[in-house]
Amino acid sequence: MKQSNVARRRFLQGSAAAAAGASLGMLGPWADALAAAASMKVLSRTEVATILVVARRTYPHDRLADKFYMGVVATLDDKAAGDSETAKLLSHGVARINKALGKPFKDASPEQQLAVLRGMQADGFFQAVRGTSITALYGNKELWALFGYEGSSYEFGGYLHRGFNDLSWLPDPPETASPKPE
Amino acid sequence: MASYDKNDNSVAVIIGSGAGGGTLANELCQKGVNVVLLEAGKRYTIDDFVNDEWPAFGQTAWLDKRTTSGTWRVAKDFSGLPAWICKAVGGSTVHWAGASLRLQEHEFRVGTEYGAVKGANLLDWPITLKEMEPYYAKAEDNMGVTRTNGIPGLPGNNNFKVMHAGAMKLGYKGVHTGRMAINSHPRDGRNACQQLGFCFQGCKMGAKWSTLYSDIPKAEATGRLELRPQSHVLQIQHDKSGKANGVLYADKDGNQHVQKARIVCVAGNSIETARLLLNSASSTFADGLANSSGQVGRNYMRHMTGSVYGIFDKPVNMHRGTTMAGIITDESKHNPSRGFVGGYEMETLSLGLPFMAAFLNPGDWGPGFASAMDAYNHMAGMWLVGEDMPQESNRITLHATEKDQYGMPVPDVHFDDHPNDIAMREHAYKQGSAVYEAVGAKRALRTPPYPSTHNLGTCRMSAAAKDGVCNKWGQTHDIDNLFISDGSQFTTGGAENPTLTIVALAIRQAEYIAGQMGKGAL
Repeated sequence: MKQSNVARRRFLQGSAAAAAGASLGMLGPWADALAAAASMKVLSRTEVATILVVARRTYPHDRLADKFYMGVVATLDDKAAGDSETAKLLSHGVARINKALGKPFKDASPEQQLAVLRGMQADGFFQAVRGTSITALYGNKELWALFGYEGSSYEFGGYLHRGFNDLSWLPDPPETASPKPE
Repeated sequence: MASYDKNDNSVAVIIGSGAGGGTLANELCQKGVNVVLLEAGKRYTIDDFVNDEWPAFGQTAWLDKRTTSGTWRVAKDFSGLPAWICKAVGGSTVHWAGASLRLQEHEFRVGTEYGAVKGANLLDWPITLKEMEPYYAKAEDNMGVTRTNGIPGLPGNNNFKVMHAGAMKLGYKGVHTGRMAINSHPRDGRNACQQLGFCFQGCKMGAKWSTLYSDIPKAEATGRLELRPQSHVLQIQHDKSGKANGVLYADKDGNQHVQKARIVCVAGNSIETARLLLNSASSTFADGLANSSGQVGRNYMRHMTGSVYGIFDKPVNMHRGTTMAGIITDESKHNPSRGFVGGYEMETLSLGLPFMAAFLNPGDWGPGFASAMDAYNHMAGMWLVGEDMPQESNRITLHATEKDQYGMPVPDVHFDDHPNDIAMREHAYKQGSAVYEAVGAKRALRTPPYPSTHNLGTCRMSAAAKDGVCNKWGQTHDIDNLFISDGSQFTTGGAENPTLTIVALAIRQAEYIAGQMGKGAL
């Protein structure tokens, strides 16, 4: 409690998000959320924290740190800043989802969270988070290497000499099917 | 580059600069015909291409407003994107994967060969494979298709290794790295493939054939081509006798111009070509140009497609190298004992991480989906492409109320699968999964059809005027100097990727047009 009061004071004092993030680092996963909330245009801290969890539960990857899901939140925040309908959709959605279990959505177990999301998957709020995640999460270059996707190759000369055919756990096809590289 | 006055009615006006329009432009210019080539999109250079899926999509995709209807899943998942094709000089040859297959002999006469199929508007082409062969040969030479003209096949990548090994276990025989219009060695002023892995994003080596950097520069070198990019054609105009005589288009600032024409050739890909003829309706032609049969826009085909992605215990790294240089041809034969008419090809396919998320199973989410994405670099993938049934009700129509940025009605693309399409797809999913399971796949994921990259048949060739829109030369039945020059001409779709056939038809059409012009008949 005391620590989050410290965080809130720093937030209200309008310290730079980066500085806030650095000093709050000791608070763990929610530090990113709190720090990021300071730099959001429209979304409140509760909305940031809730949507963060919705995004992770929708596309759960243990290998991805919170900062990648925060990219989804930031993208939605941008949309909400430019369009009041989106802002309403998000804030109503957050309010609804936090009432669904009689406790904040982020405090529920993953199984409980999944059950809630399954129940609201036709909902505009869920679809906004889900749809945005497709590009804001998997389109984020910073996480590609974590999935083994190597991205742009032209500047490295392509893959002709960088493992385009390095798979070794199956036999090589005969040359009639697959000629040797020139 | 040549420069023609807008009132010069001695020029051939070609609409669209892709496989059909770009090829036709060069062929006509080489034969001494003066050509104005109008392209809605911008003229990019190879340097402009980016090895990055979403930015590349934003750069070259046709994103003008379109609507969808019907029971196809694309209408639900991508309601505003019925097709993934290009708006750029070079058309869809900018983003295509290079697969260059001839249609099979029987696929030109499926009306006869398959017999009556309930609900399918099957019809024989008014040309035969035999008549097409010299033009296929010219097309293969022009494009530099591997395994033709002394050009070696491409070397197989990791994705192909998995396909080949699985195919061998199942007893498949026709397995190789494909007939691809991608240089395996430098040829015709273009580099050799370096296995970049971004074929769909514009080839940054120029190894893959595209009219953008092949036919169009050759046409310009004759001094007879004037290419006008960012010129979006709105209507084709005609004189009192019903002859086409000009083309109305909007330039990049939205100002409208009319280019007079001796002949007009439409190659806007199958959605826009049909839309253009419908939008050109006049008091003389109330149902649109060349539409006495009522078939303009109808018989829209997109091939039976689907994908299978196999997930393995060990890494594959399918993203390394060519997107589609790998094929199993065995299932492309017509073999009704499988429970459907027509056949399908099985071709390697890879998507990057961003596109995989969007297209693997559109709308899907949760732990199951995420675990598939977690296995990204353990995936091998293939695309199943087969003959879908032409149905009159699958069609392009003008939307009743929606208009584009020029105030013109936008196209609606209506599609329902035919039972034959469904049966074929199910068989293909099973066989594709079996290929991967034969070499240890733990999961085989079925991916539904993407927004259509093959769009065919909407102004089809027919022997009789009542059955189609154009004759065996692509010349419309109703208007002698109006030609269809893209995949809209296809009477039926066959199992093969359409580009080689589109190019061959354009080479043949150019010969006919030049001959007719020489005789004074056009």
